[in-house]
Amino acid sequence: MEKRVVFRNKVLPYLLVAPQILVTLVFFIWPAAQALVQSFLQEDAFGTSSAFVWFDNFVEIFTSEEYLGSFRVTLVFSFAVAAIALSVALLLAVMADRALRGATAYKTLIIWPYAVAPVVAGVLWFFLFNPTVGMVAFFLKKFGVEWNHTLNGGQAMTLVVVAAAWREISYNFLFFLAGLQAIPGSFIEAAAIDGAGPWRRFWSIAFPLLSPTAFFLIVVNIVYAFFDTFGVIHAITRGGPNYATNILVYKVFNDGFINLDLGGSAAQSVVLMAVVIALTVVQFRFIERKVHY
Amino acid sequence: MADVSIRNVTKRFGKTEIIHGVSCDIREGEFIVILGPSGCGKSTLLRLIAGLEEITSGEIAIDGRVVNRLEPAQRDIAMVFQNYALYPHMTVYRNMAYGLKIRRMPAAEVDRRVRAAAGILELSELLDRKPRQLSGGQRQRVAMGRCIVREPKVFLFDEPLSNLDAKLRVQMRMEIRKLHEELKITSIFVTHDQVEAMTLGDRLVVMDNGAAAQIGTPLEVYERPANLFVAGFIGSPAMNFLQAEVAADGRRLVLPDGLDVALPGAGVPARAGRRVILGVRPEHLEPNGGRADGIRLAVDHVELLGADTLVHGRCGSMALTVRLADVQRIDKHAVIVLHAPPEKLHLFDPETKARIEK
Ligand SMILES: Nc1ncnc2c1ncn2[C@@H]1O[C@H](COP(=O)(O)OP(=O)(O)OP(=O)(O)O)[C@@H](O)[C@H]1O
Ligand SMILES: [Mg+2]
Repeated sequence: MEKRVVFRNKVLPYLLVAPQILVTLVFFIWPAAQALVQSFLQEDAFGTSSAFVWFDNFVEIFTSEEYLGSFRVTLVFSFAVAAIALSVALLLAVMADRALRGATAYKTLIIWPYAVAPVVAGVLWFFLFNPTVGMVAFFLKKFGVEWNHTLNGGQAMTLVVVAAAWREISYNFLFFLAGLQAIPGSFIEAAAIDGAGPWRRFWSIAFPLLSPTAFFLIVVNIVYAFFDTFGVIHAITRGGPNYATNILVYKVFNDGFINLDLGGSAAQSVVLMAVVIALTVVQFRFIERKVHY
Repeated sequence: MADVSIRNVTKRFGKTEIIHGVSCDIREGEFIVILGPSGCGKSTLLRLIAGLEEITSGEIAIDGRVVNRLEPAQRDIAMVFQNYALYPHMTVYRNMAYGLKIRRMPAAEVDRRVRAAAGILELSELLDRKPRQLSGGQRQRVAMGRCIVREPKVFLFDEPLSNLDAKLRVQMRMEIRKLHEELKITSIFVTHDQVEAMTLGDRLVVMDNGAAAQIGTPLEVYERPANLFVAGFIGSPAMNFLQAEVAADGRRLVLPDGLDVALPGAGVPARAGRRVILGVRPEHLEPNGGRADGIRLAVDHVELLGADTLVHGRCGSMALTVRLADVQRIDKHAVIVLHAPPEKLHLFDPETKARIEK
């Protein structure tokens, strides 16, 4: 059932949403518009002059081997992060759901890591794998694995993927757990009576019922990996070694603020914006259709 | 088809015991109804039989095999849940076929059984629908179909009709009974609706607070309730209870307002002079017709139901209800004297609450 608040006062509702609109304008629409304008301009390094160059910036980035490389890195990174974050979270949620059916006392405990994870995670992983002082790096060395993500691109990618996924796991976990808990026990019991073992019950009953949640999370996780992982990259690898972890958002920052190629950087962010918009449209399309059943 | 034997089964959740030693032998092909008020442990007992809960002590055997330690899947039972529990993402066909596919039945046999069940239940047109595209009654039938195709030893039903409207409930009740007559599969049916219980069951298990208060045919339970609880629970409007004393000769009952009623046969001489509870059903009281003995009813209000008339009032300080045939014009505040046929009287011991045999 839908609940609507009805305002008598004609002005009040606008006043109430005004701060939100203001924030959106100042921090989102305005910079986005700036970036859009900027992407059509070419500026010299000192910012003293600029020229309108039509689509030159876009042509340049899409013909640049470095940019296309960054795109590939981003795709690998995003799908790896989403895959790991989703599957680990699902596994944990299934185990938690088992423990929770019946008992309620654990529930709050299980949510704790979520409060801790985002802040500590980046630093934690950085120190664990630090080639000189890190515990994990130390043990890996003992087992004959020479760990140095500052030199080895594959290792660097692994590390940022794990660190980025780690942050998402607790978020995904909560959604999966809520989804699992919302499945009436009688479905699972009916399947048990029908002769399905735990594995089969999960894949044929629980998982399909969870698919709207899973789909939602896939999109959210990819968006996260695409755009919200700047901090992880910056803290751990700074895009290196040799561009191995130079994902698109990091490249935007690098080209714009370090290399001061404002036009190119703006063109890249416009491309990223297009990606977000596309993902959002996909998301809404599917959610509106309430995902098949 | 199989017999089910329940021996001294108890169930504890944590520290609270919910089922206190229930025993019942269910014969092959019998339709047993477990009846009782909300919260008395009917569903729990059914879930113990299904294997969805583990029994704390006692023994349950299906077809002579003790199933205490067996998983639900190994017990060869099928269950209709109160909310039907149809898999929402599967079509009607797949819902019914699910259990068979898991048991690795050849596809042709699966198809044959599903279509046969769909035919019996008039679901043939609906096989491609999802549960949400069905009406309540159709869902109910799909839930039954899912059980039938399995051809299990025992059917379990947990209040399967309680989500349907009154008319559909009566219709489905008859269909379930008809289906049982065709298939003759041992069935255990939980309900709190006594009309359902009386019409469906070969025998009833009347439960009170986790114990079986009485096990018997619907008629036995109605005519010879084993204790005050069963007497008060079965029948609508409920049986009247009056405090009475057995006269010195043991053959008559003295009621508080001085009137007395005869007991059948030799009466209860062993209880002469003792207090008892007299139970008499509203439908068994009739206008006195000038006899000497009787029960005096001070009328409070009258309900005209058309086919019969309910008269509510008091006998002394105790509430009393009478059901009279046809429309009866009776004034409020009138006093009528009623006759209770001796063979329709029930006596109960005020201490033990048990029936006193006459
Ligand atoms: N898993 C459980 N843990 C603790 N107590 C339970 C559990 N399941 C049932 N109970 C308790 O056992 C008692 C009997 O419950 P049950 O569901 O068997 O009642 P019922 O006779 O089926 O009632 P209704 O007609 O309302 O369905 C209730 O007091 C209930 O609170
Ligand atoms: Mg119940």
